[in-house]
Amino acid sequence: MNRGSWLLGRLAQIVPTFLMIGIAVFVLARLLPGDQVSAMLGERATDETIARLQAELGLDRSIFEQLLNFLVAAAQGEFGTSMSLRLPVMQVIAERLPVTLALMSIAMVLALAIALPLAFVAALNANRWPDMLIRTVFQIGLSSPVFYIGLLLLTVFAAGLRWFPVGGYGDDWGEHLYHLFLPGLTLSFSFAAVVMRNLRAGILAVLTAEYVDFARAKGLAAGVVLGRHVLRNALIATVTLVGLHVGALLGGAVITETVFAVPGVGRLMIDSILARDYPVIQALTLVLAVLVSLAFLLTDLVQMWLDPRVGR
Amino acid sequence: MRVSISLIIGSVLLGAMLIAAAVPDWFAPFDPLAFDYDALSMPPSGEHWFGTDQFGRDVLSRIIHAARVDLQIAVFCVIFPLVLGGAIGLLVGWYGGILDAVFGRLVDLVVTFPFLVLVIFFVAVLGPGLVNVYIAVTCVGWVPYAKLMRAEVMVQAQSDYVAAGKVLGYQMPRILLRHILPNAARPVLVYAVTDMALAILLGSSLGYLGLGAQPPTAEWGVLIADGKNFFTTAPWMALFPGLAIVLAGLGFSLTGDGLADLLAVKR
Amino acid sequence: MTALLEVSDLAVVFHTKRGPVHAVDGLGFSVERGEVLGIVGESGSGKSVTLRAITRLLHGAEVTGRVNWQGEDVLAMDTERLRRMRGGQIGMVFQEPMAALNPVLSIGLQITETLIAHTQLDAAGRRARALELLDLVGIAAGRTRLAQFPHEFSGGMRQRAMIAIALAANPALLLADEPTTALDVTIQDQILRLLRGLVDDLGMALVLVTHDLGVIAETCDRVAVMYAGRLCETGAVAPVFAAPRHAYTKALLGAMPGQGQDALVAIPGMAPRLDAPALGCAFAPRCAFRLPVCDTTRPALREFGPAQSSACHAAEALAS
Repeated sequence: MNRGSWLLGRLAQIVPTFLMIGIAVFVLARLLPGDQVSAMLGERATDETIARLQAELGLDRSIFEQLLNFLVAAAQGEFGTSMSLRLPVMQVIAERLPVTLALMSIAMVLALAIALPLAFVAALNANRWPDMLIRTVFQIGLSSPVFYIGLLLLTVFAAGLRWFPVGGYGDDWGEHLYHLFLPGLTLSFSFAAVVMRNLRAGILAVLTAEYVDFARAKGLAAGVVLGRHVLRNALIATVTLVGLHVGALLGGAVITETVFAVPGVGRLMIDSILARDYPVIQALTLVLAVLVSLAFLLTDLVQMWLDPRVGR
Repeated sequence: MRVSISLIIGSVLLGAMLIAAAVPDWFAPFDPLAFDYDALSMPPSGEHWFGTDQFGRDVLSRIIHAARVDLQIAVFCVIFPLVLGGAIGLLVGWYGGILDAVFGRLVDLVVTFPFLVLVIFFVAVLGPGLVNVYIAVTCVGWVPYAKLMRAEVMVQAQSDYVAAGKVLGYQMPRILLRHILPNAARPVLVYAVTDMALAILLGSSLGYLGLGAQPPTAEWGVLIADGKNFFTTAPWMALFPGLAIVLAGLGFSLTGDGLADLLAVKR
Repeated sequence: MTALLEVSDLAVVFHTKRGPVHAVDGLGFSVERGEVLGIVGESGSGKSVTLRAITRLLHGAEVTGRVNWQGEDVLAMDTERLRRMRGGQIGMVFQEPMAALNPVLSIGLQITETLIAHTQLDAAGRRARALELLDLVGIAAGRTRLAQFPHEFSGGMRQRAMIAIALAANPALLLADEPTTALDVTIQDQILRLLRGLVDDLGMALVLVTHDLGVIAETCDRVAVMYAGRLCETGAVAPVFAAPRHAYTKALLGAMPGQGQDALVAIPGMAPRLDAPALGCAFAPRCAFRLPVCDTTRPALREFGPAQSSACHAAEALAS
């Protein structure tokens, strides 16, 4: 089996995945109880306006025709108009998505910056006090709700010490970074905890591997042994976990954006629910699922880069 | 068999919570709903250990009474997915074949939807409130239970006592329920305890967002949402309910870790 | 002139939950420049532990005694001195090449990182040296092989690659821990010949750990026989094989296949317990020549001829 064809096969898998996501979102939206149209129009709806909106949304056609129309439209980024914002749904999402992606990137970078060194410290001192301390702190971090951590940081560092703004997003990249630092830190905790836990176990497993002893027997410096031989192998398992965690990170972003008033898709999701803006909710659910499946793909590619055995 | 420190600390925390939830009136010094206009937003004192809120209600009493709601969330957000997922995993693991292939595709699909986003989607359509949260979590959260159960059943189905049961001519349901289920259930139950920690976080998050428990129901997330606007002036109103969540979460996850050690369940 | 490597009174104790395990106990031997010493014993006799104790690669073990490398005390070396000795002056080859080679790094990188650690060569020089090394150990098509990963090599080729890595910095001594055990018989023979040839060509010394007396007979100049972490007998291969002066050596030789017998004759009795070291001779419970003194007094190493010493109370009885 050659790596090129493995790569092509993996890339091709994304097509049926997207299709399944589209069908799932369509089915979910139709299966659930609750009449979208009357929800959208509110109590003032007359039979006439209901019929007109149903025709507009294509709800008077057969279910398969509706599905087909939905998939074709979704593939073109056509999700209709936001009821509350009076703007094309795709435009709204396109404006907000980069904010969330930036937030998640900051959170990931911070989480890795926290988790990588601490995982090493914990693993190299396994079951001694530094390890116990690190694990206890992260255990508490894992048990703390995101919105609570966010409120604490917001109160202390933004409202209290005034080191950071209390919310918003800013206008240029520098300001974005400044505004997103606290939300990013908030979001990074649980992720860092999960990565630390997994990486610590991975490092512990790798530390006793023969090839690590062999690397020492070759006279490599301790840093080279840890960085090249231990970390790289321990990361292989952790990368998979990072990919699987992207969904949870998105969920955390929804809450973080609400706490810090960050204008991302998470905040949009909550606003849309409170406004019963169904087209936006439906489109967002689909877009976020697509995002996660892309993250899975990226994970597999990184894994292939890290581990030469993948795909052979 | 080894009782770890995790298990001891975890079960002490859980035990305290359970007692508070069972008989809140024994421990709560005040009526959690009684307004006291002479003691509005009072900081912690000898009388009000955790202070009072903007209506003069005792924060400690409200936290103690909310324990019942949050424990209920922890249990229901796990038990329904467990039953649904367990049943699906049992059938898929036992019958395999096409059922297993379909299951695999379905799981792949469900995991691409961010858990919280999907739950919020369901709650959005069904409307806010705890009952709808349970429905939403059941629809979304059955997957890990089904995967666990399927894997365990597939292992157990290869074992000697199942083969012996077949030779003895036992009926399929009897083999499944009397022999496979009890053996497969152990890792599933250990996972469930750990999952309750996540359920507490989820439930309180939804409460905070206004999608879960609805005021005036005292729920920790709701209490924090109530207190967040006073965080700079009266931090005790949100601080202490948050600590309750952290302790409850710790209680469940430490107990889960300890049980995994004790029962030698690999995770 | 001092020996290249001199080990004396070496003891290795692993402190486990069930108490101390004496893996190596009062061991002494020396290795001269350019010679091949074979260390032989059953599994659990402490021979692999000895190799790792020499280069201080053991985890969580208490190592006492003296290991002198060219007159320098290895157990007292600082980290940097130890690093330069490992790989630079003492190369090591492990038993399982698949486990010892890092699965995610190319063979080329695994060779060149040793060169970076011990030589001043630039990138081009390292590449040339890596190709030379592959050629030396008999791996053809070096250019393509350098870019490949361990899983793309066969078992024998992996072991050759590991030998190439160990040789990279021209060490004066190679420690090989059962280098052929994981390989099939025909490949075993090739690897042994390769090792013997390298010793003769490069003037390097070799310590070869094995449980196979056949390997010793074929490859080594001298032999050290170990049992229960202790040295039983040591000497030049020919006299030891012709007239063993230790009851355990005799038993081992008797258990060797192909010496006028078809089947392998196992030595009767149980493997020794390392958690409760014997007061007398560790082999006494299984010994056919056991004397009363064997249970009470630990035998001292005595010389028998110019190139043979043994620690056996029954040494004289064996000769007759």
